[in-house]
Amino acid sequence: MTSVHDWTPNNPVKENRSGLIGKPVDRYEGPLKVTGTAPYAYEVQPPSPPAYGVMVGAAIATGRISGVDIAEAQATPGVLVVWTHLNAPFQAPKGTKAHPRSSAGSRPALENDRVLFFGQPVALVVGETLEAATAGAHRVKLTYAEDAPDVDFPGSLDRAISPVGEEDMEVGDFPRGFAASPVQIDATWSTPIQNHCQMEPCASTVWFEGEKCVAHTSIQMVKPAQHGLAETLGIPRDDVHLLTRYIGGGFGGKGQTYDDLILAALAARALGRPVKVAYTRQQMMHGTIHRPATVMQVQLGAEKDGRLNAFSMMTWTHCHREGNFTEHASNFGRALYAAPNRLTGHRLVKLDLPGAGPMRAPGEASGTLALECAMDELAEKLGIDPVELRTLNEPPTDPENGRPFSMRQLVRCLREGAQQFGWDRRLPTPGLVRDGRWLVGMGMAAAIRGNFLLPAKCSFSVDADGVITVRQGMTDIGTGTYTVLAQIAAETMGVPLGQVKVEIGDSELPPAPGSGGQFGAATAGSAALAAGQNLRTAIAELATGDEASPLFGGRPADVTFQDGVVAIANRSETLASLIRRAAPEGLTVEGEIKPAQDAREWSQQTYGGHYCEVGVDPVTGEVRVRRMLGVFAAGRILNAKTARSQLTGGMIWGIGSALTEGNPVDVRYGSLLNQDLAQYLAPVQADIGDLEAIMLDEVDDKANPMGIKGVGELGNSGAGAAVANAIYNACGVRVRDYPITPDKLLAGMIARGM
Amino acid sequence: MRPFTYERAVDALGAVRSAAATPGARFIAGGTNLLDLMKLEIEQPQHLIDVGRLDLAGIAPMPDGGLRIGASTSNSTVAADPQVLARYPVLSQAIVAGGSPQLRNKATVGGNLLQRTRCAYFYDTTKPCNKRAPGSGCSALEGLNRNAAIFGASTACIATHTSDMAVALAALGAQVETLAASGESRTTPVIDLYRLPGDTPQIETSLAAGDLITAVVLPPPPAGGQIYRKARDRASYAGGLASVAVAGGQVALGMVALKPWRAHATEAALAAGASPTEAIARELEGASPLGRNDFKLPLVARLSAAAIQEANGRGA
Repeated sequence: MTSVHDWTPNNPVKENRSGLIGKPVDRYEGPLKVTGTAPYAYEVQPPSPPAYGVMVGAAIATGRISGVDIAEAQATPGVLVVWTHLNAPFQAPKGTKAHPRSSAGSRPALENDRVLFFGQPVALVVGETLEAATAGAHRVKLTYAEDAPDVDFPGSLDRAISPVGEEDMEVGDFPRGFAASPVQIDATWSTPIQNHCQMEPCASTVWFEGEKCVAHTSIQMVKPAQHGLAETLGIPRDDVHLLTRYIGGGFGGKGQTYDDLILAALAARALGRPVKVAYTRQQMMHGTIHRPATVMQVQLGAEKDGRLNAFSMMTWTHCHREGNFTEHASNFGRALYAAPNRLTGHRLVKLDLPGAGPMRAPGEASGTLALECAMDELAEKLGIDPVELRTLNEPPTDPENGRPFSMRQLVRCLREGAQQFGWDRRLPTPGLVRDGRWLVGMGMAAAIRGNFLLPAKCSFSVDADGVITVRQGMTDIGTGTYTVLAQIAAETMGVPLGQVKVEIGDSELPPAPGSGGQFGAATAGSAALAAGQNLRTAIAELATGDEASPLFGGRPADVTFQDGVVAIANRSETLASLIRRAAPEGLTVEGEIKPAQDAREWSQQTYGGHYCEVGVDPVTGEVRVRRMLGVFAAGRILNAKTARSQLTGGMIWGIGSALTEGNPVDVRYGSLLNQDLAQYLAPVQADIGDLEAIMLDEVDDKANPMGIKGVGELGNSGAGAAVANAIYNACGVRVRDYPITPDKLLAGMIARGM
Repeated sequence: MRPFTYERAVDALGAVRSAAATPGARFIAGGTNLLDLMKLEIEQPQHLIDVGRLDLAGIAPMPDGGLRIGASTSNSTVAADPQVLARYPVLSQAIVAGGSPQLRNKATVGGNLLQRTRCAYFYDTTKPCNKRAPGSGCSALEGLNRNAAIFGASTACIATHTSDMAVALAALGAQVETLAASGESRTTPVIDLYRLPGDTPQIETSLAAGDLITAVVLPPPPAGGQIYRKARDRASYAGGLASVAVAGGQVALGMVALKPWRAHATEAALAAGASPTEAIARELEGASPLGRNDFKLPLVARLSAAAIQEANGRGA
C-alpha cells in the first residue's frame, strides 16, 4: 500500500542537481514539427502503397437508412471498395468484450441502418487515391426514413433529470441560508456547444503484417484504443500494435477512437494493403464529440460584509440519446468558496445531437463562466473589490468535505496577479475609461482545477554509449510530454539532455494512461522517475561490483550521477565506459507509480487568478482583449516554457469561449452551424493582445513523488469569466448568454442608452 | 471533388475563347474560394483555365487621374500600393479588413470580386439552397440567419456578398473591365456587376459565360475623406457583420445584401445637408430585417454614422 508519506524522501527530481527540472527547455520534437517532418498518423509511410478511405456522413439526425445505391460510387475510376451497413465486414457487436480485461469494448462502424446523429459515418469509399475516394464518396446515394430530431436543448430543460447514480450535493440548508441573506445574486448563464477543432483531425494509417494489425492513429490514450480495435476486429489484443507518435492536439476529443481507425483496419484487412482514413474538417464538427451546451443557475447569498451564507450552482446540460456523459459544470464550485449552506447538482437531457464528451477543462471551462461572473456581480452589489470578496470567502479546509487542502495558494495567485496587472488602477464604476474610441475595462476571475495521479509504468535503458532511452506507452498531444520525460531522465541519470531518447505512443511499451484531465505529466513523469531510480540502483550495483571500475567495493547508495559520470567521492568513470565494459548489451529496468491509498484524504487542486483588460467599441459592440495575465499555482513546474504554453493556450480558449466560439443547433435538422474553421471562430492572433502566465513556486508533496501538478486544463478555467467581467467594467453591460458577440453587446448598450 | 481538366492560359483572349468553347469551364487564379467549393462539390467545373499567370497584374495611373488595377494583382499588392494608400485609402483599408494575410497574398482582384457567399447553408450540402441547387428552397430563411441580408433579399435567397474590397470599390464608383470571347472589351460599374437574388439566386453577376475580368478602373477619388469600417466577430479572418465604405459624399454598405450596397438615399440626404445619423436612417428605411439579423439596423446606423463623421469631420 502506497501512502503519500512514502513520497517524502528526497529524489533526483527534487534535488535537481543539474537544474534541468523547471528549465524552459525547447521541445524535444520541436525541430521535426516545425520542419514538417514529424509523421502524424496520416503521414506515416506504410511498407507498401496505401489506399485511401473517405467516409460519408449521415445527412439526417435520426432515423433509418432506407435506400442504398452505390453503383455510381463503385463505378468511379480508382474506387476499390464501397461499404455501407449492407456490406461492411463483420465486427463484434457494440460494447462486446471477448477479453474481460480489455479497457474498451467493440466499437463497430457501419453497424446497421440506424442513424443516431447527423454526420454519423454511414459509408466508406476506398480508392487508389484520396481524390478517387473523395469523388466516389460524393456518388454514394443514400435515402433515409427520417424521424423528427429531438435536439432542442433550451426547449428541453423541464424534462432534464439527474444523471444516473448522481445526487445533488447539499451542505447545511441552502434555501434557508439564501432566503436569510441580505445580499443576493440569482442569475442564469448559458454556453453553446463547442468543438475541439484540433489542428490535426482524427486520422489513421493501418496495415497488417501477417496476423498483426499495425495501426497508426491520433489518440490520447493508447491502451483503450488498442483494446477497442482488437475487440471490434475480433482478434487478440496483442495482435494490435497501436502507435500514436505525434498528435496535433487532443483536448479531450481524442480520448476515444472513432470510425477512421476501425474502417481503416477493416479495409486494410479486406484489401490486403495499407489504408489511410481521416475525418475531413467538416466531419470533425459532427462526427466526433463536442463540449455540450449548458444552462447554469447560480445563487449566492451574502452578509453585508461579503461573507457567503449560501451558495448554489445547478447545471443543465445534454448528451447523446445513447450516451451518459455529463458536463459537470457545478463540481468545481464545491471546493472554491466557503459558505455554510450549499447546494450543487446537474440535470441531463438526452438528445439526438452528436456525442457530448470532454473538452479542455470539462466542467470548469463552462462553470467558471457562470460562477466567476456571479461573484463579480456580487462584489459590485456589495461594493467590495472582486479580489477582496474572493479572499473573504477563502475556506480553511475543503468547504464540502472538510478535508485539508494539500496545498492552496489561490489567494496568493489573486494578490500576485492584482499587483502585477495594476488592478489598483481599475475603476469599480463601469464605463468611465476611454482610450480613443474604445471603452476600456478590467476584470478578474479565479481558476481552479483538480489534480490526479493514475497508475503507470515506464522503462529506462542505458546503452554502451551511455545513452538513456525512456520508453512508455504515453502520448504527447502537443503538451510537451516528450520534453519533460527527457528532462526527468536527464536529471535523474545525471546525463546531458542530448544523451536521452524518448519513445512513446506505442502499445508495446510499458503502459501509461495517456493524456487527459491534466494528469499526464504527473502520472507519466512519476513512473519515469521510478524507472530512473531503479536504473540508478542497477548501475550503482554494477559499478560497485565490477572489479575493473574505480567505484569497485563502494556502497551502491553512495554513487552519484552527474555530467554523464558515475562517482563515489573522487573515484569516477563515465557512464558510457562503465556500461561498455561491464554490460555491453546495455541495461533495461522498469519503474511504476501507483496512486497513494491516502491521497484523497487531502483536497488536491490547482489554482490561479486571471486578470484581463478589454476594449469595447461603443459603436459596434466589438470586444478586443488588450492584455491578460494569469498567475497560477500548480506544484513544481517541470518546464517553464511548455507549462507556460499550456497555460496561455488555455487562457486563449477562455477568450474564445467568452467572445467567439460556438456551434448553434439548427433544430429543424439536428445539425450544427459553423462547420469549418472559417465559420467556427476560434481566436486568431489578432484577437490576443499581451498575454502572460506566471507560475508561483510550489511543491505539493501530496500530489506525487515529484510534487508537480497538471497545468493543461487550469489555464482555461476562469479565463473567459475574466474577459466577461472586463467587458462589464468597460461598458456596464452583462451578457449572460455566451459567446458575447457584438450583436448581444450592442443590444445591451442600446438598452443602457449608449 | 470531381475530376477536371486544367489548362494554363497563355493570353487573355485565348483564355476567354477556351472558356467559351469548353462546357463547364471556370477560370481560376488564386483559387482561395473556388478550390474550397470544389472539394465540397458545390462548384463542379469540368475544366479549369488558370488565368493567374496572365499578364493582367499591375497598377497604373489613368489619363483622367484614375487608377487601373489589373485583375490578377494580388489583394496584398493592391493594399500596399503607394498610389492606392495615398489616394484611395478606403480601398486599402477594405482589403486589409478581409481574409487573412495568407489569403490576401494568394487572392486576386478579379477573384475577390467573384467570391461566393459565405452563407452557412450554402456550404452545408445536406441542406436546401437555391443558390447551390436551384429550386430546392432557402434553408437560411427560417434558419440561423443572424448574418442575412437586410436589403434586396428575396424569399429565394437572403445571403450576403462578403467581399470587403467590393464595398470600397462601390463607394469609389469603380468600373470593372471585362473581355468577352468575341474579343470585345466592356466596362461595367462594380455595383452593376452583381445581381440581387430575385427568383434566380444562382445567377450572381451580369457577366456572360466566358467573360473574364481583366481590370478594375478607379475614377479620380472624390473630394473628401475616406474610411472603411467593418464590424466582425473576431479581429481577423472573419466575414463582416456589417461594413461601410465612405469616400467623400459617396457611401457603400457591406454584408447587408447580395451585393455591395451603394447607399444612394444616404448620399442624397448628405448632399442636402442632413447629419450622418439622419442620412443613414434614410437608407435604413428601406431595410427588411428577418428577426435574428435585426441587430444589423442599429449596427449599420451606428457604424455608418461614425464612419461618415470620421471621414468628413462632420458632427453626428
